[in-house]
Amino acid sequence: MTASKLFKPGDFLTLGIVAIAVAWLCVNLWRHGAGSTLVIRSKGEVVSELSLARNRTLSIDGPLGATIVEVHNQRARIASDPSPKQYCVRQGWLQKAGEIALCLPNQVSIEIASSENRVDSLNY
Amino acid sequence: MSTPSIIDHATAEDHRIAWMAALAIALSMAEAVFPSPIPGVKPGLANIVVLLVLYQDGLRAAIWVSALRVIAGSLFFGSFLTPTFFLSLSGAACSLLMLMLTSRLPRRLFGPVTHSLLSSVAHIAGQLVIVYLWLIPHKGIVYLIPILGIAAVVFGLVNGIIAARILNSPETAPLPGPASSAAL
Repeated sequence: MTASKLFKPGDFLTLGIVAIAVAWLCVNLWRHGAGSTLVIRSKGEVVSELSLARNRTLSIDGPLGATIVEVHNQRARIASDPSPKQYCVRQGWLQKAGEIALCLPNQVSIEIASSENRVDSLNY
Repeated sequence: MSTPSIIDHATAEDHRIAWMAALAIALSMAEAVFPSPIPGVKPGLANIVVLLVLYQDGLRAAIWVSALRVIAGSLFFGSFLTPTFFLSLSGAACSLLMLMLTSRLPRRLFGPVTHSLLSSVAHIAGQLVIVYLWLIPHKGIVYLIPILGIAAVVFGLVNGIIAARILNSPETAPLPGPASSAAL
């Protein structure tokens, strides 16, 4: 069976329009996620709110010792932490708005925030 | 004295609708066997049946088959009146609405592939509305839209081609219900 029997001329038009629409959605919905600021919390309090534009390394003190936060290339990570399981360190670089790394034993967290659409609660 | 059976009053079209709905349910049960990498992404093979019915028996029959598939299918799956059921209902309703709108397009220029693509996109859009308004009212679901959109286009295209093949094959001229579903 030939393709010309399966596809009518307009079908290619429809396919093109739908594919372009989805590609447009991919580009727009996935790119906007980049955050602009980093919020650092210790013992539940915001201790620092800084821009991701400048590269730097900070040390935040918690009950177990110092948590090292690194900002590099519009991204942020926990470079080192005294927590036994190292979950927040292994999480790696955070880049998108809403991404968060929690070092629970040392009561330190970092979160990427953006100026628009900050989510502050979830409900089900 | 014999009691009048409801079967006696069923027309040929009723039988055909019942056959096609049963086929649609069987297809959706068959594809439910395979695990999906992402929740909500499935081929939607039952939509092929709705498309065939739309082409061969018209919109009214397609609405019946779709409604029966959603309601009777949910009874088989045990999901009647659960969130899954409403997702399925909303998807099917939006998909039918899209078929209703696009059935006015000239048949000379637009074939089953167009209808399948557009109804597949409408299906996922209808489900996303329910997900956002009711199940997960969180902006984070916008990150899912591209994945679901790509899946809708790919499966819409594949299902449309399958429907076009079936409609083009000489055995699938307008036949009575049982025969044509056996031909699939």
